Amino acid sequence: MNRYELNKNLAQMLKGGVIMDVTTPEQAKIAEEAGACAVMALERIPADIRAAGGVSRMSDPKMIREIQNAVSIPVMAKVRIGHFVEAQILQAIEIDYIDESEVLSPADDKFHIDKTKFDVPFVCGAKDLGEALRRIAEGASMIRTKGEPGTGDIVQAVRHMRMINRQMRELQNMREDELFHAAKELEVPYDLVKFVHQNGKLPVVNFAAGGVATPADAALMMQLGAEGVFVGSGIFKSGNPARRAQAIVKAVTNYNDAKLIAELSEGLGEAMVGINEQEIELLMAERGK
Amino acid sequence: MIGVLALQGGFIEHINALRKLGVPSFEIRQKADLINKDIKGLIFPGGESTVIGKLLCELELFDPLDRLIKSGIPVFGTCAGLILLAKKIVNDDSVYFEAIDIAAKRNAFGRQLGSFHTTGDFADLKNVEMTFIRAPYIEQAASDVKVLSKINEHIVAAMQRNVLVTAFHPELTNDLRVHEFFIKNL
Repeated sequence: MNRYELNKNLAQMLKGGVIMDVTTPEQAKIAEEAGACAVMALERIPADIRAAGGVSRMSDPKMIREIQNAVSIPVMAKVRIGHFVEAQILQAIEIDYIDESEVLSPADDKFHIDKTKFDVPFVCGAKDLGEALRRIAEGASMIRTKGEPGTGDIVQAVRHMRMINRQMRELQNMREDELFHAAKELEVPYDLVKFVHQNGKLPVVNFAAGGVATPADAALMMQLGAEGVFVGSGIFKSGNPARRAQAIVKAVTNYNDAKLIAELSEGLGEAMVGINEQEIELLMAERGK
Repeated sequence: MIGVLALQGGFIEHINALRKLGVPSFEIRQKADLINKDIKGLIFPGGESTVIGKLLCELELFDPLDRLIKSGIPVFGTCAGLILLAKKIVNDDSVYFEAIDIAAKRNAFGRQLGSFHTTGDFADLKNVEMTFIRAPYIEQAASDVKVLSKINEHIVAAMQRNVLVTAFHPELTNDLRVHEFFIKNL
């Protein structure tokens, strides 16, 4: 069995879990104790990246190492789209998962990283099925929606999840002789189109990401078909991070139990201040297609 | 029916393996799931042991499951499931069910780059498919624990009374023989 299979397997073990953005070893510990199934180590959370502007890059490897030493759960970190040297660095420090992420400033406005050249796994964002399958063809072993980071607004993640699922249903319903044209339209390899046609799902795990701020947001994404949830700014930009993190973890496990989610939603303190998509100038989801 | 703990991780893979063997199963996500069920066995899947362990307590599932394990029904834990069933976790004071007299070492083969696939002997079975994902191994086992499999001198599968554990994930392969082994011992 090859590394790609093992890397898809790790994503399978993350299913039903919550991956949390953290910027310090202390936050990583809070996240682990609150029930995060993995942490994303980054220097600034998306809301602050958005506020600060400028170029944002891969985090300091020293800081990532400190987080690796602080927790037993998998540690992920972000590289800029197309920046394969940042990815080589993260592989050298034995990161568990690389997020080739639109949250950072793109390093390449045309090409993504050839992820088949790496031993460590990659997760990539996708707004639609074409993007998802292109990233998988490039070697991504996990996909996530590209909900607008740092906004606390769930609308884009919902749009992406619905879009990917609708396009998969469309492929499933096609005659086999229509799949060649579908591959052309989606700008993706035929064998991946055929896989979706036969299985009705992506060949890798698909998480929700971007704009998740409440237990209800997390459960909404799970009911829409996400297999797990990334929470970025939503936790450490809120009034009571540990409490909110725990509530989101439980909401993801029991996403169909409205009574429980009602209890979990009580008295969580202030959610992060949201920004509507119409109010922002920079749509990060438009980076890397 | 076999109850598969479905709080986080690779539980659907176990349910699919059981289905292929024609064994009915159900998901355990909360206390209510245990009511009015004829529970013949339990599976603790892979995932993150810290997450599953925490949710077990907070969803008040720990005590009822602990009673079921102590009642002697067959229990099977893979990877994180092994950690949850171990009597001791190396370099960690926390323990969960303490159902099998072993000391388990978390992430014993390293981070994701240390994950691997191999084939090995398991009990009387030859060339069993074994996928290790950030896997633990068993550093020590009491004398009455039956060692079922070793890889590179490390114990990766063991059994004591009604409890079976594997550090690897048979549910991630097409090899159903370890699940069959568990079912036969029901």
